[in-house]
Amino acid sequence: MKPSADLPSTKSPAAEPRDRGGPAQPLLIVEGLRKHFPLKGLPFTRRPVVQAVDGVSFAVKKGETLGIVGESGCGKSTTARLLMHLIEPDAGTIVFDGDPVGGLRGISVRDLRRQMQMVFQDSYSSLNPRAQIADIIAFGQIAHGRDATEARERAHDLLARVGLAPHLFARRYPHELSGGQRQRVNIARALAMDPRLVLLDEAVSALDKSVEAQVLNLLQDLKQDLNLTYIFISHDLNVVRYMSDRVVVMYLGRIVEIGEVEALYRQPRHPYTRALLSAVPTLDPRRRTEAPPLTGDPPNPINPPSGCRFRTRCPFAEGVCADRTPILAAIGEGVDHAVACHMDTAGSGHSKAPAAPVSSLEAAE
Amino acid sequence: MNVHAHFVAQLHGARPIADPAASDALVDVEDMTVTFRSRERVVHAVNGVSFSLRRGEVLGILGESGSGKSVTLRALMRLLPDHAQVGGKVVVAGHDVARLDESRLEDVRGRAISMIFQEPMTALDPVFTIGEQIAETVRRHEGCDRRTAEARALDLLDMVQIPSARRRLKAYPHEMSGGMRQRAMIALALSCRPSVLLADEPTTALDVTVQIQVLLLLRKLQKELGMAVIFVTHDVGAAIEVSDRLAVMYAGRFVETGTAIDMIETPRHPYTNGLLDSMLSGDKRGQRLETIPGAPPSLGQAPAGCSFAPRCRFAATSCTLALPEPTAFSPTHTARCFRMDTKAERFAMLADA
Ligand SMILES: Nc1ncnc2c1ncn2[C@@H]1O[C@H](COP(=O)(O)OP(=O)(O)OP(=O)(O)O)[C@@H](O)[C@H]1O
Ligand SMILES: Nc1ncnc2c1ncn2[C@@H]1O[C@H](COP(=O)(O)OP(=O)(O)O)[C@@H](O)[C@H]1O
Ligand code: SF4
Ligand code: SF4
Ligand SMILES: [Mg+2]
Ligand SMILES: [Mg+2]
Repeated sequence: MKPSADLPSTKSPAAEPRDRGGPAQPLLIVEGLRKHFPLKGLPFTRRPVVQAVDGVSFAVKKGETLGIVGESGCGKSTTARLLMHLIEPDAGTIVFDGDPVGGLRGISVRDLRRQMQMVFQDSYSSLNPRAQIADIIAFGQIAHGRDATEARERAHDLLARVGLAPHLFARRYPHELSGGQRQRVNIARALAMDPRLVLLDEAVSALDKSVEAQVLNLLQDLKQDLNLTYIFISHDLNVVRYMSDRVVVMYLGRIVEIGEVEALYRQPRHPYTRALLSAVPTLDPRRRTEAPPLTGDPPNPINPPSGCRFRTRCPFAEGVCADRTPILAAIGEGVDHAVACHMDTAGSGHSKAPAAPVSSLEAAE
Repeated sequence: MNVHAHFVAQLHGARPIADPAASDALVDVEDMTVTFRSRERVVHAVNGVSFSLRRGEVLGILGESGSGKSVTLRALMRLLPDHAQVGGKVVVAGHDVARLDESRLEDVRGRAISMIFQEPMTALDPVFTIGEQIAETVRRHEGCDRRTAEARALDLLDMVQIPSARRRLKAYPHEMSGGMRQRAMIALALSCRPSVLLADEPTTALDVTVQIQVLLLLRKLQKELGMAVIFVTHDVGAAIEVSDRLAVMYAGRFVETGTAIDMIETPRHPYTNGLLDSMLSGDKRGQRLETIPGAPPSLGQAPAGCSFAPRCRFAATSCTLALPEPTAFSPTHTARCFRMDTKAERFAMLADA
């Protein structure tokens, strides 16, 4: 499919007029993001809280796809909603292309939302059932001040861009589309504001495999042609591996590992990442899985375990794991791969940890 | 462990519910069709499915949304709405399912054949504890006293590896995690020792580390209890983990059947090829994914020829005129396609043309 004429199609990073920080400046920097949801408790008891996101930090480089994986409830969607400012963080800062979001000298949430758009999993509930497809795509643009005719024209261009012939689809209603077609509409709507960063939260998870492949190809084309940066959230480890340049692994509201995709998939360091990857069903009937890598369900985020949150399921857990929270730290100098595990922290006191460097021992004495 | 042994021993005892005169196939389906007819529209959901399943066998049915997997399972249990017309032969544990009267049907459901679902809350009642629900099912079907039924409920929770089973007997479904609820539903389905278990995407909604536990649990129980299992899924990996044989379903038909090894290593039907090629596994980064163009047919009319023809790049005129009959490639492997050649040969021919 040819991109239509008035859509930017062959931008190079340097040609991006909105680029402020330059190519080395990460498009997004997230620091210490936290969100605890208070729940209704019994009278005269402490209100329980869900620690949905608890101190999450990462950066997204310009032009990359950052994958986020983890099991349900680990905080992926909450992270996404915090980034979009759909909910207010309890703590943490977000910096977009060098500009802090919110503060006095930074950019406003409204400006942020122009440059950052989101696509959700549930393609049906996110589309107004009584509106025609072209109007759905035009609506956000008009709300942001674009002229109605112009917005409508652009909606038609975008429909063509996502593979839905405008003369067939523009006047249809959401219930007249298949799941894959609805997801294309959601993608078109997200692109209508010319975002630089698109957050895809389980965007292909409800689709059949053959349709999923079509939508993944489309997302890759759009990223190329429109010079986009993606945050790609999914519980499907195979899809994340295919899409991402770097991957974040979350467990109960915290990041346990982050690294370049092939390094992380080929040599996962964190015991949870290892278990997660070996829990994926095999595609080789001659080598079926013999034993599950973990037993039991992930614990409740209302009362997460102290110290390392994975310790209740970790085969290597020791006393130190209950006492202290492991810090997410690079596994080597200058290496773009970080792990939060006491086994990887020199001098942590874990029996499998490397000895502490001499200087820090001296410092302790 | 001895809990299991005890349960298995019970299972091998007398089973009045299976008709001893029946052939050794526990499930025997021949040319089954299911058509939904309402005032507004007709849906040809199942269009001639045949298979048989013996004790101890696991058949995985793989297919995309709307291909007829759930309708096939429901037809085996006669769980379809009144406006569904079922044709062909459906025999389960010696019973001609179409002919059973209501009370006999109730008896067959649960004791000869039972079913687990993707969403456990469709099977579990939110207002009763897990223990009450299992004990009540056991009592209704077997007429035993309360104590025996409660003891069985405890055995069953142990068997599906629910930790602190005694305490869990008193839990309500909403008090359990997703994985625990799924195990509880399996326990309920097994409570009357069915010889056939139908599983409709039982692990699709579970997290990957929990999913593999439930898949391996199903495999283990199936072996220990010698059940015949039909496992429906759209996930090739999940199907491989539990099934001996696989059937790929498209537009209400089995387009290819074979052992898991047949299907993965030498797939024959262009749809199976497409499905496997569009799968993501290992390192496909940077490569464009193979896709199957278009979408499945609407099923408003019974298809005359090959239903896959509109999306098939190897389609010839003949494909739309007559229905391809199953061709056997080996004693275990069949496909419904006029092109008997392998994928490589087909592509070579396309290139020549
Ligand atoms: N009660 C019903 N009335 C009318 N049509 C129905 C009914 N139940 C199912 N169908 C239709 O029959 C076809 C097969 O549906 P079925 O539920 O078996 O699909 P499936 O393979 O299980 O798909 P999924 O993977 O989405 O569960 C579909 O076209 C569906 O819309
Ligand atoms: N509005 C809310 N109120 C209370 N708890 C919430 C709310 N939103 C999310 N949570 C809880 O926060 C945790 C993380 O949720 P979520 O970010 O949706 O996880 P994921 O997307 O990784 O599945 C879960 O335990 C979830 O139930
Ligand atoms: S910190 Fe301890 S419990 Fe946590 S992953 Fe490492 S070894 Fe396991
Ligand atoms: S019968 Fe013809 S249309 Fe159908 S799958 Fe085979 S080649 Fe394709
Ligand atoms: Mg989510
Ligand atoms: Mg179904």
